Amino acid sequence: MAYTDTVRAETPLLEITGLSKSYGRHRVLTDLDLTLPPGIHALLGPNGSGKTTLVNVLSTLIPYDAGEVRVLGLDPRRDRKTLQGLVSLTGQYAAVDEKLSGTENMLMMGRLFGLSRRAAAQRADGLLERFDLTGAAGDRVATYSGGMRRKLDIAAGLIAQPQLIFLDEPTTGLDTRSRQALWDEITALADSGASIFLTTQYLEEADALAERIVVLHDGHIVADGTAAQLKARIGGAAIQLHDDAGHILEEIPTRGSAIDVARHLDAVARARPDVDVTVRRPTLDEVFLELTGEQAGTADQQDQGREGVAA
Amino acid sequence: MTTSPRGVQAPTSRRNGTGALTGLRVFTGRGLKHSFRDPESLLMAILLPVMLMLIFVFIFGESIAAGQGGDRSDYLAYVLPAVALTAAGFGASYTAVVVSNDMTTGFMNRLRTMPFPAVTVLLGHTAASMVRNLLATGVVLAIAFGLGFRTDAGVAELAGAVGLIALWILVITVVFAVLGMVAGSAEAASGYGFVLLFLPYLSSGFAPVETMPGWLQGFAGHQPMTPIIDASRALFSGRTPGDEWWIGLLWCGGFIVLAVWLAAVIFPRKVAR
Repeated sequence: MAYTDTVRAETPLLEITGLSKSYGRHRVLTDLDLTLPPGIHALLGPNGSGKTTLVNVLSTLIPYDAGEVRVLGLDPRRDRKTLQGLVSLTGQYAAVDEKLSGTENMLMMGRLFGLSRRAAAQRADGLLERFDLTGAAGDRVATYSGGMRRKLDIAAGLIAQPQLIFLDEPTTGLDTRSRQALWDEITALADSGASIFLTTQYLEEADALAERIVVLHDGHIVADGTAAQLKARIGGAAIQLHDDAGHILEEIPTRGSAIDVARHLDAVARARPDVDVTVRRPTLDEVFLELTGEQAGTADQQDQGREGVAA
Repeated sequence: MTTSPRGVQAPTSRRNGTGALTGLRVFTGRGLKHSFRDPESLLMAILLPVMLMLIFVFIFGESIAAGQGGDRSDYLAYVLPAVALTAAGFGASYTAVVVSNDMTTGFMNRLRTMPFPAVTVLLGHTAASMVRNLLATGVVLAIAFGLGFRTDAGVAELAGAVGLIALWILVITVVFAVLGMVAGSAEAASGYGFVLLFLPYLSSGFAPVETMPGWLQGFAGHQPMTPIIDASRALFSGRTPGDEWWIGLLWCGGFIVLAVWLAAVIFPRKVAR
């Protein structure tokens, strides 16, 4: 495991240059460049932008066509087996066996990852407890709710203590409470030292969880940075003028610097000395719209998400 | 468990990947759990051979046997291998459903990102199908003896007969596994397999080929199940089979090689997107 230590010390989590992937004549990923340090990062994009394909390439599920790819310093094609021992994928469609109990699912995955029976049982108990599934551990997964399934699915991916966890749309199709609970789990996971690369269509999810947000649109990376950096990309704060009822009367864009905001405020003060004003940062939603020309999903639209989860 | 910091994991707790053997063991166990936890399919596996046996022996038996100058107990001995193989066909068709389920859910995708050969999941389903269907064969034999089947066959002949049946179970299981792989859904998988379940009726299994219309005799006389049924029938009654036994073996070998080759070609390509 000396290898692992060096990975954590200096190797970037991901190092991608010129990555392309096509299915037949359909180009899904085009010439991607991306370097990410260890940590928790989100791949944000609308449906069909290529998020799942990228995650599948990085997690060794499908080969890439062109470019250089290093995950934890390893090539998913050449060093497939080694990398497979260090990462886990929790895909969009639950990978749990409905006819087995929660514990049996965990044990099965543990054994397949090469854990001894005893080690697998210990890890399974710990993870089930941590994900609040101990009470249902002996029940068949067929009786689980969508949220419980998703938690078990993620827990099963953690049994071999991966260095890097891929979560493909982890909260799609979950109700608000399950989503919040899962966010807490994901944050706790990251705090315990694992790196996480998750995909999402939801801006607030990326905003809430990720250190770096990579925006994917139509197979291209259109932005990459912290939430603050992305917001800064479409300019600085805006001055909003309100009437007494709080309705916005006017919005004045600024460059965001103190002097520029002051100059605009000065003009407002002279013209309308009594008006209410607020200064506001752009939301990620606006950034997303600006970057992709598309409306991003919001968590409230999640009912239209895939059906497969709860079924 | 309080979350242990990931950096301090015990290095001995994990080997880098597991062998095919672990995969096979884990998935055979899983397949058996599936079989024995699904009361409907288990009931079907036992009830079906019982029903088939009773229907053929008591409803058709007398009249079919009369045409051949025999009686009901002669027909019992005649129909025994065909009932075993028909029941096995139904039992093996379950393989298509479970394989298709694994391929179309996220299950297989996760397995493919894990450090062991994912194809062992198919071997596990195959092994579980063998166990399940040999049990059904046992049920068929028990009923046959219960209904008065007696034989001079020794242990070697009986083992040979059951061995041939086991080999055909393997054939039909791998064929259904391949169907399960290519089918888009579990329903489609069992649909494709449906036609295979009628194969035993178009063989020498339930009625002599000579009694069939000429246009059917060509098929019924030369399809793979006929030599296997004839050979195992001979063995069950303590007779030495003729050329049928090696013709049957060749058919089985051919099908298994073909299905394994197809699986090897198709399996790696069938990655859900």
